[in-house]
Amino acid sequence: MITLQGIGKSFKVARRAAGLRQAAKALFVREYTVVEALRDITFRIGEGEIVGYIGPNGAGKSTSIKVMSGILVPDTGTCRVMGFTPWKERTAYVKNIGVVFGQRSQLWWDVPVIDSFRLLRDIYKIPAAEYASQLTLLTETLELGGLLQTPVRQLSLGQRMRCEIAASLLHGPRILFLDEPTIGLDAVSKLAVRQFIRTINREKGVTVILTTHDMSDIEALAGRILMIGKGTLLYDGTLSDLRGRFGSHRTVTVDYRENPRPLELPGAKPLSWTPERAVFRVDTGQVAIADVLARLSEQVELLDVAIEAKPVEELIVELYREHRI
Amino acid sequence: MRAYLSVWRLRFLQGMQYRTAALAGIATQLFFGLVFIMVYVAFYEQGSSGSNFPLQDLVSYVWLQQMFLTFIMLWFRDNEIFELITTGNIAYELCRPCGLYPFWFAKLIGQRLSSAALRCWPILAIVLFLPRPYRLSPPPSLAALALFAASLLVGLFVVVSVSMLLHLSVFWTLSPTGSTLMVSVAGEFFAGTVIPVPLMPAWLQRVCDFLPFRWAADFPFRVYSGQISTGEALWGIAAQLAWIAGLVAVGMLSLRRAMRRVVVQGG
Repeated sequence: MITLQGIGKSFKVARRAAGLRQAAKALFVREYTVVEALRDITFRIGEGEIVGYIGPNGAGKSTSIKVMSGILVPDTGTCRVMGFTPWKERTAYVKNIGVVFGQRSQLWWDVPVIDSFRLLRDIYKIPAAEYASQLTLLTETLELGGLLQTPVRQLSLGQRMRCEIAASLLHGPRILFLDEPTIGLDAVSKLAVRQFIRTINREKGVTVILTTHDMSDIEALAGRILMIGKGTLLYDGTLSDLRGRFGSHRTVTVDYRENPRPLELPGAKPLSWTPERAVFRVDTGQVAIADVLARLSEQVELLDVAIEAKPVEELIVELYREHRI
Repeated sequence: MRAYLSVWRLRFLQGMQYRTAALAGIATQLFFGLVFIMVYVAFYEQGSSGSNFPLQDLVSYVWLQQMFLTFIMLWFRDNEIFELITTGNIAYELCRPCGLYPFWFAKLIGQRLSSAALRCWPILAIVLFLPRPYRLSPPPSLAALALFAASLLVGLFVVVSVSMLLHLSVFWTLSPTGSTLMVSVAGEFFAGTVIPVPLMPAWLQRVCDFLPFRWAADFPFRVYSGQISTGEALWGIAAQLAWIAGLVAVGMLSLRRAMRRVVVQGG
């Protein structure tokens, strides 16, 4: 559905050192540095996938989204989305995609949401019946009922974001690009947005490309991760593969009835110990969790056990470190 | 086409919300109109009228200027479009299956039309009943009125096509302050909003003829009072249309150039 082949894009950035003298000099001679925002990006995304696109700030996530949505023309490489080259056949192409830029707004600030929706209906030439059914569907799943008649400036961020997402889906796009859709949202709104993304992916088969800094978004949604750093693609695979690569360790916390002797556990590294509680680090590559639990219950009377995998955040940081970004 | 009508309509409806601004505008325009007319009355009483522009026509000229101020002023602009360009929100507009030029054009027309619709009727109701010489006199014939309406509307398109160039300049300058201020001061002078064009020296009038600005303001207002005859008015409308064609062509071309090198600002 989406194919990128050797996409590269560089920007010219004017720069000067601090100070009056430098500022005066910059009046006559501008110094530019070339920043390579994207370098030889190649990947392929199939129909119906949800792909999490991650990377640190300035890695090139938004730039790639802009290339794929036809806003930005790359310097090198080819990009085909649904058989279109986005920036060449822009008008024909964009009918098929929906885009949400979490940090920007597409709704008209001073008028009720429904007016913005009507405008989009006319822009995309959505037939009346289709518009009505799509609007009903979106209103139900995103719980927009009371919001449509309210001017956008009086909506909370979470309410506005739900409306923004609805606005991007009115024309029933096959592909949805979400650039930080959960930025600044509270827990409830985040869950609602995620739930919705899952629903449209499952029921309508919409392909979703999602950038985010919130790893719980990725965990909840994305089967596949693309990681980009300093403009190059560093990782392309599933979250569980990533876990397997870095995250074979689990932290096991056990509470038990008072026991004066330290516990003996081969293959596990004790991190802390008190007569009522112990914490171990277990390498699941060496010892199975089941064995660890069996050993523990032989020695003490267990009250509570918690097993935690390394948080995705830490995995990502390790991945960044591995690639020195 | 429906998309452009729709954005025009939405912008119009949005503009109709700003009632307080309209009320303040009405008061300001009435005040300025009265002051201008007072000054001209004083001039004309001193016998310096020697021109071929009777006071009565001048009074209509001033009132029409005030009523349709938002049709003719170049500083009247859409800050949203500037913001779209400078902050990068244009990203959304570029994801739409429609042309950016007609889309913005329709938006600007809607904005000016809504402001004028809110302002012109109350002002009209007042100035029709002011004591002489401050009263707005009716046009000499129905033909003059019809031609006035037509030329005013076409003039609106002239102003907006100039204004589009101002908005587009922000792609290069990234700041709307300089380019709009310069062009609007010059443009409004040559449109006759500072000194009515008929009172300018002949050579300056010639200059005005060769600029687009007069065709949007001075021209329809003189059609109203019958200063410009029916035949001339038709030629004038042709000139307006020619200006629109030229300005729109330049605008679309520069937008295309801007698009080719566009960098959407911000992350």
